[in-house]
Parts: sequence; C-alpha cells; structure tokens
Amino acid sequence: MPVLSTQLLVIGGGSTGLGVAWDACLRGLKVVLVEQGDLGQGTSGRYHGLLHSGGRYVISDPTSACDCAVENRVLRQIVPHTIEDTGGLFLATPTDPIDFPDRWFAACQELGVSAEEITTAEALRLEPALNPRISRVFRVQDGSLDSFDLLHTLTAEIKRAGGQVWLRHRVEKLILNGNTIVAAEIRALDTDELLTIGADFFVNATGPWAGQVASLADIKVPIALGKGSMVAMATRPIHTVINRCRPSSDGDIIVPVGTVAVLGTTDVEVQQPTDTTIEPWEVDFLLAQGEILVPQLAYQRPLRAWAGVRPLYRPTTGELGETRELPRSQIILDHADRDGLQGLISVFSGKLTIFRLMAEQVMDLVCKQMNIAAVCHTAETPLTMTSRSFYKLPDRLAKLEVTTSHDLPQVVCECELVTRLAIEEALRFASTLDLDEVRRELRLGMGPCQAGFCAFRAAGIAHELAPTAPASGGLTPFLEERWRGMVPLGWGHTLRQMELTRRIYLELLQTHSLPEPTK
Amino acid sequence: MNLPLFTTDLCLKCNICTAACPVAAVTDLFPGPKFVGPQAERYRHPRLSMPDVSVDWCSGCGICSRVCPHGVAVAEINILAKGRLTKERHTPLRDQLIAHPELLGRIASPIAPVANTSIHLRPARWLLEKTIGISRHAPIPTFTRIPLRKRFRDRCFDTPLDIKHDIDHTVAFFHGCSSNYYEPELGEQTIAILERLGYEVVIPPQICCGLPLQSNGLFDAARRHAQANITWLAPFAKQGIPIVGTSTSCTLMLKHDYRTILGIRGEDVETIATSTYDFFEFLTIFVKNEINRIKFNSLHARALYHPPCKLRNHGIGAPALSILRQIPELQLHLSESECCGAGGTYGMKLEKFPVAYEVGQGLFNQISQLELDFVICDSETCRWWIAKHTGLPVYHPLEIMARAMDIQP
Repeated sequence: MPVLSTQLLVIGGGSTGLGVAWDACLRGLKVVLVEQGDLGQGTSGRYHGLLHSGGRYVISDPTSACDCAVENRVLRQIVPHTIEDTGGLFLATPTDPIDFPDRWFAACQELGVSAEEITTAEALRLEPALNPRISRVFRVQDGSLDSFDLLHTLTAEIKRAGGQVWLRHRVEKLILNGNTIVAAEIRALDTDELLTIGADFFVNATGPWAGQVASLADIKVPIALGKGSMVAMATRPIHTVINRCRPSSDGDIIVPVGTVAVLGTTDVEVQQPTDTTIEPWEVDFLLAQGEILVPQLAYQRPLRAWAGVRPLYRPTTGELGETRELPRSQIILDHADRDGLQGLISVFSGKLTIFRLMAEQVMDLVCKQMNIAAVCHTAETPLTMTSRSFYKLPDRLAKLEVTTSHDLPQVVCECELVTRLAIEEALRFASTLDLDEVRRELRLGMGPCQAGFCAFRAAGIAHELAPTAPASGGLTPFLEERWRGMVPLGWGHTLRQMELTRRIYLELLQTHSLPEPTK
Repeated sequence: MNLPLFTTDLCLKCNICTAACPVAAVTDLFPGPKFVGPQAERYRHPRLSMPDVSVDWCSGCGICSRVCPHGVAVAEINILAKGRLTKERHTPLRDQLIAHPELLGRIASPIAPVANTSIHLRPARWLLEKTIGISRHAPIPTFTRIPLRKRFRDRCFDTPLDIKHDIDHTVAFFHGCSSNYYEPELGEQTIAILERLGYEVVIPPQICCGLPLQSNGLFDAARRHAQANITWLAPFAKQGIPIVGTSTSCTLMLKHDYRTILGIRGEDVETIATSTYDFFEFLTIFVKNEINRIKFNSLHARALYHPPCKLRNHGIGAPALSILRQIPELQLHLSESECCGAGGTYGMKLEKFPVAYEVGQGLFNQISQLELDFVICDSETCRWWIAKHTGLPVYHPLEIMARAMDIQP
C-alpha cells in the first residue's frame, strides 16, 4: 500500500474544504485535499446561488448576519468573476406580519447590514415583473455566486501553490496512534486502489458527511441534516435577488444565477446526506410562493428541481427543534478539546458566503495546535482568474459574436452556449470522459433542453479524443442526472421537452442498448 | 414583459425554425432564428446593453414563427431585439431613409419625372451605394406624379360622419405608401373592382403603416405612425366599415404587429385588427357568390404565383388563388420557394444584398425554367425585387383579376 505524507489532510472538496486548503497553502503548509466525488458534489454544488447580504439572518441569527455582511464585501474583492452584482430586494406583501419590516430594518442598521427602503414604484421600475401589490421594499447588497466557478478557481489556485486536490478518493479509515490521528486510508474510486496518507493534522470538512467521517475515529458529531429543495426557472423573470421580508420560512427567495432564476427553499429533516429526493409538495409550494413575489412565474417554465442537504448543528442537550430553527452559523469542533482526540478538527454548518471566514477560523485553530505562527492572508489575496470584473449575464453570448464567417465557433450546447473548443479543453484538462464533470465546469446541458441536443454531440467529441473508450462514456449517467432534475416537474413545458429528449435518445439513438461505460 | 417574450419558454430547441430559415440557409453570419431568438433572449439583460448584433441579419420574413410547432413567436422576438439594438446603437442614415417611403414619396412626387430619371441613372446608383450603402443592384420604385389620393379627392373622407351614402356597402381602402406614391394604378383598379362588385370605396386619412420603420428597428417612430393610423381608422372600423388593403404587409401591421410587436393596447387597435382584411381575403369572405357569378375573360398566358411571406403570415392561406383559378386559359404555376429574399427594405442594403439575392435564387431559377409570360405576387417590394432579377413583369393578383374583368388600368 503506497504511503504518502503531508502536513495537512483536508477531507471534503466543497467550498469549506477547498477554502481551508487554500488558506493553508497561503500559510505555507503542505496540503492534500481528498474528495469522494467531484468538486462541489455535496452541499456546495446544490445551493441556490445566493451571495448573502446578511439581511436574511438579522433577526434569527445576528452573528451569521454580520459575518455574511463582511464576507460579502471580501468575496467581491477576491473572486469578482464568480459573482453577479445583482443587488437584492426584501419585499413585504400585504399578507406578511405588518410589524416585521420595521423590526427587520432596525436590526439591519444595528448589525451593520446595509439596507435602504425604496418606494414600491421604484422597485417596480427596477423589476417590472414584481407583484405590484407589494407593500414595502428594501434594497440590500445581495449577489449571486456561481459555486462551480468558485470551486474551480480555488482548486486551480491550490494546485498552483503546490497543494494537491484528489477527486474520487474516499477516506475509509482513520488510523490512530494512541489518541492522535496519524494517517488516513483512502480508496481511489477510479482504480479501486487503497493508499495511506500520513499527515500532521486532519480537517473534516465533509458537510453532511461530517458525522460519518468523524465516526471513523469513533467520535460523535452533533449534526442534523436539513434538506432544502430548489426549483430553477428556465429564464430569468427578474435580475435582482428577491427576498420575502418576513420571519425565515420556506420559499422566500428567488435568485437570478447564470441564465436561470432559482426559487428556494424548503427545509426538511433527513437522515442521510444522500437523501435528496424531492417531494411533490415541495415543488408545488416553491412555485406557489414564487408566484406571490413574481406573478408571471405561473406562466413560465420550471427547468429542473434539486435538493441539497444542509449540515446543521444541533446540540445534544436541549430541545429537538425543527431544522428550520437551527442556527446557520459555522461550527468548528476541536476534537482534542471535546473528545480528547488529537489532530482532527471538524467544521460544518455555516453558509457558502462565509466559506473564507470559516476556513480562516479553522486554520487559526490548526496553526495554534501545530504551533505554526503563520497568519491568514486569504481576505486580501485575490484569486487568479481570467477576469477581474463581475460576471455579467450577456458575456457568453457577446463572446460568440463574430464578424466574418471564417471564425464561426461551433456551438455544441446551444442553450448554455458551450463551444466545441471549450469542451475539448475541459476534457483534456480533466482527463476524463465524464460529461457530468464537463457540465459542472462549463454548464454544458444545463439550459432549457437539459442536454437533449448537446449530450450526443458532446459524447461524440469525447469519443474523438479517446477513440478506444466506448462512446457511451459518461453519456448515460449525464443524461440520467439531467432527467432526475426534470422528473419532479413533469408536466406542461417540461414534459414536452422530456418527451422529445426521450424519443431522441431511446427511440432514435437507442442509447439503452449502448455498452456500459467502463471506468 | 412583452407578449412574444413569454413564448421563449415554449422553445424545445428542435431547430425546425433554423432548418426552415431562408437566411440561415445561405449565410453563416446569421446563426439562425432559434439562436438569435429564444436562446439569445435568455442572455439579454434589460439593464445591460445588447450583447449580440447578429440578429440584424434576420430579414423578418416570419417563416420561423409559422413553422414552430410549439408556438414560439420567433420572428416577433427577433424584431423586438432588433428594435432594442437600434435604440442602443447608431442608426445609419441609409436605414432612416429607406424606412420612410412616405416621406420620400411626398418629396419626390411633385418632381417625379426628374426624380425618376436621376435616381435610376447608373452614376446616381453608384453614388448611393458608395455614400450611404444602398445596393445599386436593388430595385428602386418609380415615383408617380399624381398620387392616388389626389386622383380620388372625392372619395377621401376625414371621418365616417362625412359619408353621405349608405355605409352598409362601404369599404375603407388602406392604400399604403405604394398605391399612393408608387403604383397608383393599382389603387385605381382596386377601387374599380370593389365598385364593380357593388361597394362604395372611401379613403380614410392615413400615413405609412410603419412597417419599414419597425423592420429597421425604429420602434418609436413606428409607434407614432401606428398611433396616427389608429386614431384615424378607428372611427371607420367602429362604424362597421371594413378596412381593406392590397399591400399584405400593411394589412398585417394593422392586424397583428401594432398589438404584438409595437405593444399597443386598447379597444381601438383591437377593433381595427378585427376589421382589417387583405383585399382577396375580403372578396372571398364577403362577395364569394358575386365572384363565382363573374364571367372572367380568357387570359392566354403562363404565369407563376408567389404568395409573399407577409401574406402567409396572415394565416389566411392564399385567397387570391381561388379567384385566379377561375380565369380561363390562365396557366398558373405555384412558387416552390418560401421567400423571394427581398425582405422589404432588407435587400436594398449593400451588405445584405448578396444574402437576399441568394435567398431568392430558388425562385428565380424556377421562374426562368418555366418560360413564363409574367409573375404574380401580392407584395410590392417582392414584385419589384422579382421583376428586377428575372426581367419579367410581375403583377399584383388584382391586376390580373382586373384585366380578366375588362377593367383597364
């Protein structure tokens, strides 16, 4: 069994884990990060895309609200290209508690969350699709943040700084020497090979899997899993983040992110981190709540539904409240203090917006325990990126504009405007035939037809690059994943699209009789 | 949100519109109606500038909207985008000029002989091409010295209240720019045919329908024209007087574009929309029996009928055909092309001309193979275009009808 050693082993390739690894790299530590799936396959890739202004939590969780307000400004400096500066609105409708907006506004001012009241007429000028019956409107500094872009940028930066990111590697065992963790046994899922990594310190940043990973060292983590479902609309009826100004509850947000608008969210307690089944009531509820804020949603096309699992902290003592009522602030458990186990910190809960702060706090603690004097530099170090300006919706289309017919780009995914060149680059870079991975990087197949027209084209390109692999490589799982998101919305527009896709693949191309993709 | 934009969600990406698009078939510079329409629309942010200019290659024929099996108003989405584009960018003088056929007519008709001679001179066309970009190969119509309205002063009424005769058998003639300034003979024959069939024809006040402005993206001006026409025509329509036009594009504006594309709302525009008829649509609905009783003269000729895009967009079939088919000895061939390429003012533009000509190639070939005496087509810009590129005379179907009814031009 091959043995490697490093200073820090981070488990989990979501925003927290990558944030920790990046912070550690900047502090000069040798880092390896392992992730059982792909980047952001857990909670980070399954969120609504909101860069919080803090407004959502001023009443229920003031600490989170302050952290969000600060980190919102930091992220705008260090990763502007992943952020769309949409701005946000908090809307009160006539059916919402009448005293709430004033309480909410006062709390914003007290906590330093920037908010200003505007007239409903002004709000309707800005966003004509809003319900004209709204009673009060506040403007906040929300944005939308593409987590895949963020995770890819972080990964590139970690690798550039000499850190390692291993995808499809699962930790199967934590090896103890006395009361100190010294190594982890890891399975490479692609080759089924086992290897051991020795490290001075371990960070468990596995989100909803934090309990399972901790149990490898026989520790219990007080975690509760809150599943949140979301529905993406195929087009953006609004271009500003829309929040409902009322006490936190289900279905109170619409986020324009990329080419879609996401309606979020529900909160249902589940037992397993993989339990992302969407109940029909959740879809109905989200659409109905969305219509209250933006009435024209009733006529528009829901694109797909998905769910993420929030890893929340529920103290073992006290009442067993609903997951909706549990705090959202970050939890950092020092197992040396808590369980007498040296060399392991678990971090979970929190928001994607404050991932950098969470990483900073984790690394401060790690450095203290390792007696390293390095300080955090992530807040003032912009990540390398192609663009130093905010993401803008029209950019992708503008890039495809040509003036002569000689330089025509071959557009493979026509909904999300992904070119052949981009797909080839992504396939080469990731050395994979897995189209779902290309999707996460390029948004391939994430538009209205949900890969109906680009999956076979992309599979053809993948086959050209690796002619010995079967053309089905990744095609079926890619389509299955798209299909999974459409099934909960299988009526009207979406059903028509599904039926066309079904006929293309099952009847015309006979994909069900393709050979199984090899690993 | 404008109504057509709602239909972007209906697009299943099937590409049927792209396959049917005559422009995308001949140039790669136009990425196709789906691409610039329902797809590009998802990337157009209302508060940021338009990211794409390729929608400008759309000729506005409307085939995409017609063939869409899912109800996406593709052409409408595209013309709205063009309007936004024009608003955000500088409009070339050329587009301003060709978008105002009425203004040109008003200026040139008093000096028609001079204007016609000089504008058709080769050096003049060369100069127009070099200075403002009007292709010297594109047809330019000839101005008339005496516009239709001057020829029929007694039939011009400002309001329906001035009409003294029985309005039950009265139609209001929307002559458009072409019948007034360029082809007044057509207007004369229209009036003659309608009167022969027992109708009184009144000419309500009107200006250019606004289509050339709209096609060139000049929406504000188009809307002003529309409003003026609505104010003038509504009283006639409300009296139950049908509005009849011989230009299929003008009547389509009144029926459809004023509401759907220019976004005008209200009772007046609705009444006008439901009271407007294409000339042959009117005849086949209201005077079917009378027409069946007419004994048309024989017309020994070989002709091809090309229903123009704008007529097809009415969704009324090709009503002229049933009448043309009653003319003895007229050998009628049908066009196998969806579009002649002219696209109103599209083919006049220097950069668009080669594309427009290429689109028309199929029709021109069919015409040259058939050894015809003449071609028949309802739309004026298509007639001028086809005549220029085939060398054959091209008539409005009503001219053929008039000839078979012994009505002299």
